[in-house]
Amino acid sequence: MRAFSYERASEPAQAASRAAEIPGAKFIAGGTNLLDLMKLEIETPMHLIDVSGTGLDGITATEDGGLRIGALVSNTDLAANERVRRDYGVLTRALMSGASGQLRNKATTAGNLLQRTRCPYFYDTAMPCNKRSPGAGCAALGQGAFSRQLGIIGTSDACIATHPSDMAVALRVLDAEVETITPSGASRTIPLDEFYRLPGDTPDVETVLMPGEFITAVTLPPPVGGRQAYHKVRDRASYAFALVSVALVRQADGSGRVALGGVAPQPWRRAAADAALPDGANAVMSRLLDGASPTEENAFKIRLAERTLAGMLAEG
Amino acid sequence: MSPPIRFEMRRRTFLVGTASAVVAANIPWRASAQPTSLAGPDRSTFTLVVNGETRELAVDNRTTLLDALREHLELTGTKKGCDHGQCGACTVHVNGERINSCLSLAVMHQGDEVTTIEGLGTPQQLDPMQQAFFDHDGFQCGYCTPGQICSAKAVLQEIRDNVPSHVTKDLTARIEATDEEIRERMSGNICRCGAYANILEAIHQAAGEQA
Repeated sequence: MRAFSYERASEPAQAASRAAEIPGAKFIAGGTNLLDLMKLEIETPMHLIDVSGTGLDGITATEDGGLRIGALVSNTDLAANERVRRDYGVLTRALMSGASGQLRNKATTAGNLLQRTRCPYFYDTAMPCNKRSPGAGCAALGQGAFSRQLGIIGTSDACIATHPSDMAVALRVLDAEVETITPSGASRTIPLDEFYRLPGDTPDVETVLMPGEFITAVTLPPPVGGRQAYHKVRDRASYAFALVSVALVRQADGSGRVALGGVAPQPWRRAAADAALPDGANAVMSRLLDGASPTEENAFKIRLAERTLAGMLAEG
Repeated sequence: MSPPIRFEMRRRTFLVGTASAVVAANIPWRASAQPTSLAGPDRSTFTLVVNGETRELAVDNRTTLLDALREHLELTGTKKGCDHGQCGACTVHVNGERINSCLSLAVMHQGDEVTTIEGLGTPQQLDPMQQAFFDHDGFQCGYCTPGQICSAKAVLQEIRDNVPSHVTKDLTARIEATDEEIRERMSGNICRCGAYANILEAIHQAAGEQA
């Protein structure tokens, strides 16, 4: 790990302005992903701004009947929250399908959104990776590469990494928004469907956040009801990243929403696919995964996503 | 309690020291790769409350909570397995919650209350969970055991607090300490000897004693 200097921020605005003025600064809260990447020298911040004392750890009702989740709320506390369990069950289900009990106690809401991909070639510093070293090339697209876990849609010739979060898939199906404060002190609200950038030829740029911009909260609109479920398919029964995951909100009349995890560089949802839900899993997936370009190793994900949704729909 | 092992007397420390001396002699130290203008010092001074005792630390900012416990406070009960949050051997309690101490910077724990395996019980007065691991042979080599025990204690507390898990069927009902719930909640603690069946029995015993 490279040496770094350290400070504690007590206010969100202070954290944002300090991050913009100090070269090589990064925010740290739970640290479960950042510290791991620092040990491998994939992340090499020169300065850490500890934002865990900025007080953003509450879950409160919004004026319109939704929920505001502080950026520092732990994954455990968010999943266990009474209102989340009752009104946004898909979010509790998604959170509890990810990581381990120890990690969920430290991992924060904002940190979960900003975690980096688990592509094996991003982690292996002996291999080329455009996300880690822009312009170096993509080992995952090389001959005989191990791409079973990687993306099938929204990817590019420069990068086929997936976003690893389960939480973000549930937030996407719930139409969540991200609230931030910029280094100049302005606040802005970013719909989650505009938060992540597709890799294109700059896979190192993952979100629309500006330098120093600091996430303060995630908001959920009023509850949409329906039957909510999150089904994660993975190589182990617990504590593994998704091959495919499906977040589903289904109303009594058969309408609803679907988002996919494990297949793309962002939680994957399309309006046309939602609209096809009354027509069944095949109709949904033919629209949701239209234009997919899988590798030979991960082409199975198309069929797996369809069968996973079909199974969920069969449960009622 | 037995006296702490003095570091300079341990064979492993000696070997590690020898190995790094060899590396230092043959490979130029990467000083040039290090940043030259950090925004502040690369060391910090802070206090932790470890097993009820206030301890002052002055360490490199890079020091994890795990390394602070083992290498600076000489509490070697907490183990380093993978050092990447995947195995759970380093599990300790911070302010009453279990975390992976390898994935947390010590400097971020100013004033926090840390409980390690040494703080749960003593050889003369074992914690019920420690006793249960003995009673059910909940280990073979024992390396993962401090993490397993710290994790298991927190699992029972999480069930009492009605924190849901991946296998909880009804999110609004009272959660019970079933086999399925305990196995799922212990999935962040790996045991390469495969003592899982006995660990499960041990946790059931401790859960029964609490009820």
